[in-house]
Amino acid sequence: MRRVAIVGVGISRYGYRSDSNLAELAWEAINEALNDAGAGVEDIDTYIVGNAGVWSSEPLPAVVIGEYAGLQPKNGIRVEAACATGLAATRTGYSLIASGEADVVLVVGVEKMNESTTPQVVELIGRAGNYFWEFENFGLTFPGYYAMYATAYMKRYGATEEDLCMVAVKNHHYASLNPKAHFQKRITVEECMSSRYVAWPIKLYDSSPITDGAAALILASEDVAGKFTDSPVWIKSWGYANGTSNLSRRSDFIGFESTVVASRMAYKRAGIDPDNPVKFFDVVTVHDAFTIAEIIGMGDLGLAKRGEEYKLVREEQTYIGGLIPVNVDGGLKGKGHPIGATGVGMIVDLVKQLQQRADKGRQAPISRGMALAHNVGGTGHYVFTAVLSVDKP
Amino acid sequence: MKTVILKLKRFLDGLFEDPLKLVDDVTDSSGLPVVPDQKTGDPIWVDVREIRMRYTIPIKGVHPYIDSLRKGRLAAAKCRSCGKIYFPPQRDCPRCRVSDMEVHYLSPEGELVTWTVINVKPLSFMHHKDYVVGIVRLRDGINVLAWIDIDDPAKLDVGMRMRLVVDKRPDENYITYWFKPA
Repeated sequence: MRRVAIVGVGISRYGYRSDSNLAELAWEAINEALNDAGAGVEDIDTYIVGNAGVWSSEPLPAVVIGEYAGLQPKNGIRVEAACATGLAATRTGYSLIASGEADVVLVVGVEKMNESTTPQVVELIGRAGNYFWEFENFGLTFPGYYAMYATAYMKRYGATEEDLCMVAVKNHHYASLNPKAHFQKRITVEECMSSRYVAWPIKLYDSSPITDGAAALILASEDVAGKFTDSPVWIKSWGYANGTSNLSRRSDFIGFESTVVASRMAYKRAGIDPDNPVKFFDVVTVHDAFTIAEIIGMGDLGLAKRGEEYKLVREEQTYIGGLIPVNVDGGLKGKGHPIGATGVGMIVDLVKQLQQRADKGRQAPISRGMALAHNVGGTGHYVFTAVLSVDKP
Repeated sequence: MKTVILKLKRFLDGLFEDPLKLVDDVTDSSGLPVVPDQKTGDPIWVDVREIRMRYTIPIKGVHPYIDSLRKGRLAAAKCRSCGKIYFPPQRDCPRCRVSDMEVHYLSPEGELVTWTVINVKPLSFMHHKDYVVGIVRLRDGINVLAWIDIDDPAKLDVGMRMRLVVDKRPDENYITYWFKPA
């Protein structure tokens, strides 16, 4: 297996992007990534498009983007794993290089969610789980699935709706320092608490928005990475796992088994102590589609003791300067959640963090040289974790 | 309009009628289906083609279990070889690699594990008032996800005893199942 470096990153502005179509949005990120790597389209061997689609009009996004970006006749395919599409696409690109199949791979995650109306998007995401047994008769929604975890977690451990809102406050804070983020303003716990319920006990301000956006990576083999940069960030290890499609088949509702399995796989492969992973990372992303997701995700990843995750949030230990900075790009909650782009966008920001070129006010101190990305699809249906490192593995 | 099928179709037709009328007028007068975006004013081409999707889902492999709803029972599949109970029911046991299942009627009694109230509804459920969805662990140890019929969701608590009802859902008029406090 060859080692794989990230030699260029790019990200579009996230938000309500009525000014751009799918290919234009993808190009915004691709162009920035190519510039960052000092590369041209001719350097790309093959490409992977992360796109969940359905709400947007183009059913063959990889072909449409390939033509638009001047990549044709090079081969590119779409990879889909619900909200974990971004890291799934990155893993596929990684595998092509690690296996020796390609030397330079472009990974672009893109989503145009606002081509459909909000009720239609709510319907389409609500169907993501087990359509026949859990949506057809019972009309669940994405916040609804997570709300069942929130109810069980809060009842069991005594976390409050204020605790959940504190995650939103933090992530809006960092989003306000990220010019590419969907939300550019800070919020207070009071504002969050007074927002309306979308799926009790989850409120609007606990929820990631419906976002358009794109993010891109140029991946290179260890043999050619030096052509593009002297300071690449390396993909040190991967972990992945799936959950049951039916939520009724889960044993409890206080965490995702899939995140536990995926993170332990990534830790083991990277030589990270699973009992104390916090000591290994300078900064992490935890998939915060909803505020409760960041809380249970921290426990699942072993970053906090199960049942005490919300106390770390309460003590502001997940801000920069705390025990472990979490989602300092604004997270899905503040930066936005353009499904297929989300995981790729996490990597983009973690690379910049590790290279100490994050935006002013949200650069985490880098001393250990490692970061963790955690990308969840659906409600723990897919989980991908990636360990990034400034040192060659 | 005997059941939810035509009722929902008419509801959705009505929902899109006014905004589409507007686009129709603009297209007629300007020659193009281009309207300003409601939030930004950016020019938006409104698709002139509509796609209607209604899936036809094969249930031959689980028909006995679904048909048991007409007898007022919720049924799981039980592998005759290893005894494992599957709910939702499935035709094949991947553990035994055989497809020899029998109908196992689930106990109608259980305890509430968790729940939510769906306040913002999907398009195809927008004709409903807020509804409660919960997961109940039945006596058999099987979890079932369904609506919970309760006047005030604040009365719900973890471990609350629940009873399964199999009947026609009011207004929708097809057989499904829900829980109510026992």
